[in-house]
Amino acid sequence: MVNIKINNLAVQVEAGTTILEAARNVGITIPTLCYMKMESAGCDNAPGSCRVCMVEQEGRANLIPACVTVVWEGMAIHTNTPRAIKTRRTVVELFLSNHPKDCLVCERNKNCELQTLAAELNIRENKYDGKMAKHEKDSSSMSLIRDPEKCVLCRRCETMCNDVQTVGVYSAINRSLETTVSTAFNAPVADSTCTFCGQCVSVCPTGALTQANHTADVWAALADPDKTVIVQAAPAIRVALGEEFGMASGARVTGKMVAGLRRLGFNHVYDTNFAADLTVIEEANELLERINNGGRLPMLTSCCPAWVKFIEHQFPTLLDVPSTCKSPHEMLGAIAKTYLAQKLGVDPKKMVVVSIMPCLAKKYESSREELGQGVDYVLTTRELASMFREAGLNFHALPDESFDPIMGESSGAADIFGTTGGVIEATARTVVHTLTGKNPANVEFTQLRGTDNIREATVKAGDTELKIGIANGLGSARKMLENIRDGKSTYHAIEIMACPGGCVAGGGQPYHGNDQSVIKERAASLYAIDGEKNLRVAHENTEVKALYAEFLDKPGSHKAHDLLHTSYVKRAKV
Amino acid sequence: MEKNEKALYAELDAYIDAMPTKQGALISVLHKAQDIFGYLPKEVQTHVADKLDVPASKVYGVLTFYSFFTMTQKGKNRVNVCMGTACFVRGADKILERFERDLNMKANTTSEDKLWSLDALRCIGACGLAPIITVNGKSHGRLVEDDVPGIIASCLEEKEGA
Repeated sequence: MVNIKINNLAVQVEAGTTILEAARNVGITIPTLCYMKMESAGCDNAPGSCRVCMVEQEGRANLIPACVTVVWEGMAIHTNTPRAIKTRRTVVELFLSNHPKDCLVCERNKNCELQTLAAELNIRENKYDGKMAKHEKDSSSMSLIRDPEKCVLCRRCETMCNDVQTVGVYSAINRSLETTVSTAFNAPVADSTCTFCGQCVSVCPTGALTQANHTADVWAALADPDKTVIVQAAPAIRVALGEEFGMASGARVTGKMVAGLRRLGFNHVYDTNFAADLTVIEEANELLERINNGGRLPMLTSCCPAWVKFIEHQFPTLLDVPSTCKSPHEMLGAIAKTYLAQKLGVDPKKMVVVSIMPCLAKKYESSREELGQGVDYVLTTRELASMFREAGLNFHALPDESFDPIMGESSGAADIFGTTGGVIEATARTVVHTLTGKNPANVEFTQLRGTDNIREATVKAGDTELKIGIANGLGSARKMLENIRDGKSTYHAIEIMACPGGCVAGGGQPYHGNDQSVIKERAASLYAIDGEKNLRVAHENTEVKALYAEFLDKPGSHKAHDLLHTSYVKRAKV
Repeated sequence: MEKNEKALYAELDAYIDAMPTKQGALISVLHKAQDIFGYLPKEVQTHVADKLDVPASKVYGVLTFYSFFTMTQKGKNRVNVCMGTACFVRGADKILERFERDLNMKANTTSEDKLWSLDALRCIGACGLAPIITVNGKSHGRLVEDDVPGIIASCLEEKEGA
């Protein structure tokens, strides 16, 4: 242990602790900008480059950065002397001198770390007038927008993309005032190997990386009297949307969300969970076919479009391992424009399907040609919250309402799709039923749950032992795929989610600052919702049963293949 | 370059394969690649990224950071005028202007006929010989403006002789 003093307070901390951590342990705030703890990845972004966390040390002439300075015995630190405060303010003033002053119309207005710093440091004038960096905005992709003029060079996106996700899209390029974080050859991000997982957006402190905003398109569809506009919401939305309105992390707001969607003017409000149940049935069927017919194993889940794009770029020789199942919201889109349109008597050409997703990759996914035009627009949790605010809805006062019938019923198995381990647990419940003829005595396969980035477990189904692997985060996915490529993988099935923690921590969710406690609360709520339902297994969903009886025939049928399955394409590695 | 491109890549690969480790090798490999190809076009960068198993974005990032590396093909004759402090105070700007005038081109560009590249450099570390330039790797020190036409002429003669 090391004894130090912070603001004259005696503090004892473990050797190797930074000044920043030591101060936070005793409730002393030191402002930061570039620093971000990335627990999920086991690494921190601490380049020590922004100098916003400068503090004074007794007996030392210069100030020192708190985020990268490790404490030593007898050190005496002062975080709030006039000199330290003035230095930090000057640093931020210099940042502002090279930052566009368009906060009022910025996507991150009221939710920007630089803006918050400026407010907290009491900056009341633009003190320094200087040359501003000039960079082109990159709006090439369906998922995210890069505005390098708002970049503060914190390098969080680089750490996330290169070290955590191992995708390697971003690097700092050029030097001096021209320095920016960009892609290889400064190419549009749409032409890069970006998977659109959106984790760079979720760690960006400013408006340099933001979601592509499609709220205007959805408002236009809602305003068109000729269109029947239907909406669906993914499981992860209902345990995160409340945070946008000041509720606790993981607050369960399914009913309010449905009520709010109706008040925005959507004609029908459906549940992506319905399609998650459908996915389980198709995926379980495919897995058993592969096992019984000596097909390609392991089978990998295919719900996550970022992970699908990752394998297409990075492992183009392994495209026979992912399940051919479309992701749940794409299944719902395909069923909506066929079966549902028939049932409602609506011309599918006049039907608009909107998906509310925790994800930026789903935006790009909806433009994939192989998937047809099932889903027209994808909005994130944050975009939905902004539409609620635009419409003047008092979220807290909304009543609890239910999803519309035909595609509104779901099992608890569908709810847990939103967290790491959930998709494969849901699938396992149905696989056990198919193999043994009865539901598992306990549907909760807790061996599949957890937060480690790579996990493995065995599920018993009668005489069969299913070996299951789970990876979350693309860096972990890469390790799984390398094993498969090298013939070392012995799993039957592997679940992969691109975002560390799964969809609850997706790139379209309320900003969580990589705080694992927030992500855990959201996941815990999904498991709680599952636990409270009577219907726990996908194959007992009566609406899904009706869909098969009236329309699809049986799992893996010709029609099911046409509407619910897809194919993958080889993409370049660079 | 086209006719023996394969041989050039083979030379680069041989260099990389002979390295004891690929870790931290990027800058030396880029030096070697520029040595071999004369410049670092996209294809060479992608090749290096692949060989060293680093993202292409990182290769591009390093290359755009160091002004020594270039992505544009240079001319047959490469004139580098040192604009370091010592050279500058002894009239390097006049030398550069004279090259610009006589070659009818701007500094830091390559002529359309790919015959000349004229670049202004930071200090090359030979301040005692200021103002100094290098022409096709050879240095010419203590220059005066009127030396420029002779240097240009000798380059053209050598080219004809070759």
